[in-house]
Amino acid sequence: MAIGANRIVPAVGIPHPLGSPEMSKPAEKSIRLKLVRKALRALITHIDKQTVFTD
Amino acid sequence: MKRVIHFLNQFFGQIGGEDHAGVGPQVREQPVGPGLALQAALGEKARVVATVICGDNYFAEQPEKATSEIIDLIRGFSPDLVFAGPAFNAGRYGPSCALVCKSVKEVLGVSAITGMYPENPGVELYKKDLVCIKTGPSAAGMRGAIASMTAIGLKLSEGEALTASETEQIIPRGVRKNFHSEKTGAARAIDMLLDKLAGRPYRTELAMPVFENVTPAQPIADLSKAKIALVTEGGIVPRGNPDRLESSRATKYLKYSIAGIDDLTAAEFQSVHGGYSNVYANEDPDRVLPVDALRECLKAGEIGGMAEYFFTTTGNGTTLDNSRRFGGEIARALKADNVDGVILTST
Repeated sequence: MAIGANRIVPAVGIPHPLGSPEMSKPAEKSIRLKLVRKALRALITHIDKQTVFTD
Repeated sequence: MKRVIHFLNQFFGQIGGEDHAGVGPQVREQPVGPGLALQAALGEKARVVATVICGDNYFAEQPEKATSEIIDLIRGFSPDLVFAGPAFNAGRYGPSCALVCKSVKEVLGVSAITGMYPENPGVELYKKDLVCIKTGPSAAGMRGAIASMTAIGLKLSEGEALTASETEQIIPRGVRKNFHSEKTGAARAIDMLLDKLAGRPYRTELAMPVFENVTPAQPIADLSKAKIALVTEGGIVPRGNPDRLESSRATKYLKYSIAGIDDLTAAEFQSVHGGYSNVYANEDPDRVLPVDALRECLKAGEIGGMAEYFFTTTGNGTTLDNSRRFGGEIARALKADNVDGVILTST
């Protein structure tokens, strides 16, 4: 938020924003796909101000 | 003798580096690391009764929970004054020091002080609620930072007014104080103008804010026809880092091909970012740059196209000026290549 990004999707964690190392590979991949799809949805959503896409 | 608590991250708290950034709040009933210099500066006036340490990632991933746990630990020592950091230009440590100071003041009613480089994100987030000494970007400025934090911190806990030179050492909070002036505003403005024209030093009475609000881009009309690109500040580069991307304070960004690559592998890519543990990103670079997932979206027809390259830099202590330049140049290059949307991953 502080650096001015307008469309923000909260991710998993700092060292692995799009992964969960403790999960099985297929489960981790499905989390990653979900986050990427959420980011794509953010890109097609009209916003007037900084927006955090939580779900 | 006043009772002082000192808050540190896992690194300055001497627990360890990035591999220990996940540790939760803990207490040492003695000064630790920079606390030794702090205790020396405080002398007989105050004693560092305990050091509270929290890992950078533990805090950054759950700031509210971490703050409340830290406040509970601090409360137990009934301090008169709390010091946090200094955090210099550390991007997670700064906001955590700021949030601890803010909560100490609000929840416990106790004075708190920290120190940061003016570009630390913690300043932008919390400066209104903070007494924060200006420091240099790195721990090389520790001695001076501790000296001014100590002098000003002790005054705060006594409720004493700061001198003009002490106020200069603090990051402006936007607090306005009224005072009587011999001259009217018009006369002062003319004086200032004459000083400026003559090249003499002058001081504005109304500093302009430096915020940048970017108008949100219009949404993509038809995702199934859109070309999407990946950009990251997570330091992902080909294994071996052939173009020597810096691990911190980056002076450049780089562009690498992913043509024909469906999945980033540890054999071909790695992270060189110096601000987080690279273990997970090195095992599977898709955890930072999701090439495999975006390829699937492309194959499923959810998006129309994908840039066959990515832009990368290291977002770790990178100066605002450089970041601004990277952003502008990358955006222009993407636009010239008819990219409709960008997923920028951040660590």
